[in-house]
Amino acid sequence: MGVGFGSRKRSASIVVSLVSFLLISLIPFTAGRPISRGAALGVSEKVVRLGDLNFPWTNAALLWERTSFHFQPSKNWMNDPNGPLYYNGWYHLFYQYNTEAAVWGTITWGHAISRDLIHWFHLPYGMVPDHSYDVNGVWTGSATLLPDGRIVMLYTGSTNDGRQVQCLAFPANLSDPLLLRWVKHPANPVLTPPPGIGYTDFRDPSTAWLTPGGDKWRIVIGSKVKKTGVALVYETADFVDYKLLDGYLHEVPGTGMWECIDFYPVRLDSGYGSDTSANGPGFKHVLKASLDDDKHDYYALGTYDEESNRWTPDDPALDVGIGLRYDYGEYYASKTFYDQKKKRRILWGWIRETDAERVDVIKGWASVQSIPRTVVIDRKTRANLLQWPVEEVESLRGESFEFKDVMLEPGSILPLHIDSASQLDIEASFEIEEGDAAAIFVDSGYNCTTSGGAASRGLLGPFGIVVLAYKELSELTPIYFYIAKKPNGNLEYHFCADESRSSKALDVSSPVYGSSVPVQKGEKLTIRSLVDHSIVESFAQGGRRVITSRVYPTQAFDEPSKILLFNNATSAKVKATVKMWKMKSAGIRDFFSLNQAL
Amino acid sequence: MKFPLILLTILQLHSITQPGNENLIEKACTSTPNYALCISTVAADPQSAAAANMEEIGLILVEAVKGKAEEALSTIKEMKPTSPEYRAALEDCRDAYETVMMADVPEAVTALTRGVPKFAEFGMKDTAWEAEICDRRIGMVAEKGTLRDVNKCVQELATVACGIIRSLL
Repeated sequence: MGVGFGSRKRSASIVVSLVSFLLISLIPFTAGRPISRGAALGVSEKVVRLGDLNFPWTNAALLWERTSFHFQPSKNWMNDPNGPLYYNGWYHLFYQYNTEAAVWGTITWGHAISRDLIHWFHLPYGMVPDHSYDVNGVWTGSATLLPDGRIVMLYTGSTNDGRQVQCLAFPANLSDPLLLRWVKHPANPVLTPPPGIGYTDFRDPSTAWLTPGGDKWRIVIGSKVKKTGVALVYETADFVDYKLLDGYLHEVPGTGMWECIDFYPVRLDSGYGSDTSANGPGFKHVLKASLDDDKHDYYALGTYDEESNRWTPDDPALDVGIGLRYDYGEYYASKTFYDQKKKRRILWGWIRETDAERVDVIKGWASVQSIPRTVVIDRKTRANLLQWPVEEVESLRGESFEFKDVMLEPGSILPLHIDSASQLDIEASFEIEEGDAAAIFVDSGYNCTTSGGAASRGLLGPFGIVVLAYKELSELTPIYFYIAKKPNGNLEYHFCADESRSSKALDVSSPVYGSSVPVQKGEKLTIRSLVDHSIVESFAQGGRRVITSRVYPTQAFDEPSKILLFNNATSAKVKATVKMWKMKSAGIRDFFSLNQAL
Repeated sequence: MKFPLILLTILQLHSITQPGNENLIEKACTSTPNYALCISTVAADPQSAAAANMEEIGLILVEAVKGKAEEALSTIKEMKPTSPEYRAALEDCRDAYETVMMADVPEAVTALTRGVPKFAEFGMKDTAWEAEICDRRIGMVAEKGTLRDVNKCVQELATVACGIIRSLL
């Protein structure tokens, strides 16, 4: 049982702060300057540390990296989540999978099912590349549940001659709740690139929604025209014959190829999700694209005019591709579906490895899926979505530890004593007292990604939690808030995840991720963080901003890994309350054991 | 900018580029951070005359990267480690370049031929990273040497390949 800090005497907290301050002075916070590989190699820079060059990976460290409650196949490469749906008692997940190696290649659809989005069972492959129209890859696609109970799956095929086409598949047997076998329609491919669209710029068909008349369906497929990202919409009655609608659902210049477009309604006044066909005065529509150029998922809120088939962003300054992201860490190719069982919109996202490929080859696997998140509009701001891990993840919570109203003086760090910190669900809230800085100063222009991380001290931050920390803090991953003060006296809040010192290894990335986050009057600053071995998903302000990080410590794993609270501000005192739970494993395994015939 | 045009003209005079094709090569190489290296690499490949699109120019660069990685592996094979640290560094370098050969290069080729350049970018970025990691490791035990030169070449070529690939995104 953890030590509850509760209401300790002031003298004890002074001693703690003094000891902590001494510790801080000894810590080489700036050990190893990150060396940039230069902008020439692309927008997302991998920063390689000049750390301890002689540290090899141990088997223990590499084995530890596998997650315990995130979805991943037992080996090899995975990328985009595909065709998620709920049907007849089971949640289904399909995913891009390379049967041969721990790197992307010729892609097959993997398949898994779950009762609760957390405990998954692997099934045989959903679809394999066995036709001329998909022999070079069964690529990303989406499911549509028809009102009559049928399921339609549309996906992109990479053809034998290197083109991208759309194909139709459906379950061989709808009374099989496992939906094991899928049949590809004889009319495939049902869509080929239209005039003016490159034959390799045409992929990732979406879930369909009903037209105003209710007699036809529409789907959206992303593309680009020069450097303008565009959304093409097709109309169909039977998913076999299609008509390309005039113009684009939307376009944004300079954003490049739009992959994995997602388009869905959200209710303004409700915490529930909606079927993809819903529309009306109480709805906004989310348009989301994965940008090929910078490998991030962007979304925007707007209004969909069904008659003209046009979507307009609420705020053109925050249009698709130039505004908000689902996640400010490593997160791509995301896709939602409507869970009709619990009336939720659920979001899946692909999380890549951020270590060198060499390590993935040794490990024998690469990539995980995020924990599925519910998506609703933020009713307080009405300007962004809130994402939150599905409540079913809480079924993994075990022993809990609580630390109430812990005072963190400026420049203090406090270990939270639990014996193992690799699988945790952490809820932390912070209140600050500005201290002497209240009247005087101004610092703006803070940006998590260029800040230098948690070691860069300001008057009002950084402060937060530190996960996957080694005892001498030679490896640590701070997840924190930084408060900047603008010239008009208003506070600007930033939420960051600092990987710059997360590992001593040379072959892992160590960026600082993050973004500004709106904080409303009276709100405490909150972080929820799911730590699951080499993945950390952190949610600020109830899911207003999310950061997913991959962490590959060489020492801060298993028993030695620690969790701490810290306040690196030079002026602000911070009061923290933390509740955390050890998380059990989800026990993801094969549905059919080896000695069971299919 | 006169020099590159002169270079291209000379190359054309030697029938190394085809009329019409030099615009493609010019466009490809100006999108990279090392124009001269790009031009000379393309010129050195007999396939370049027939290259009809940017993907094919990208493939030429990836092939050049592959050739350099092979050179790295044979260089490593011939090196005689004089200490356990040296041996460990060489093993790491061998792992790095075998990864380039077995994972990164095939990924880049597949991605370029199937029109998803993003994965080719991943492959070439990782290639540059593997070469850099090898160089850090070997740099601790050997200040100079053929392998260090080859590492640098791989990084530069992979960077050029990335430039071309990014123009396809």
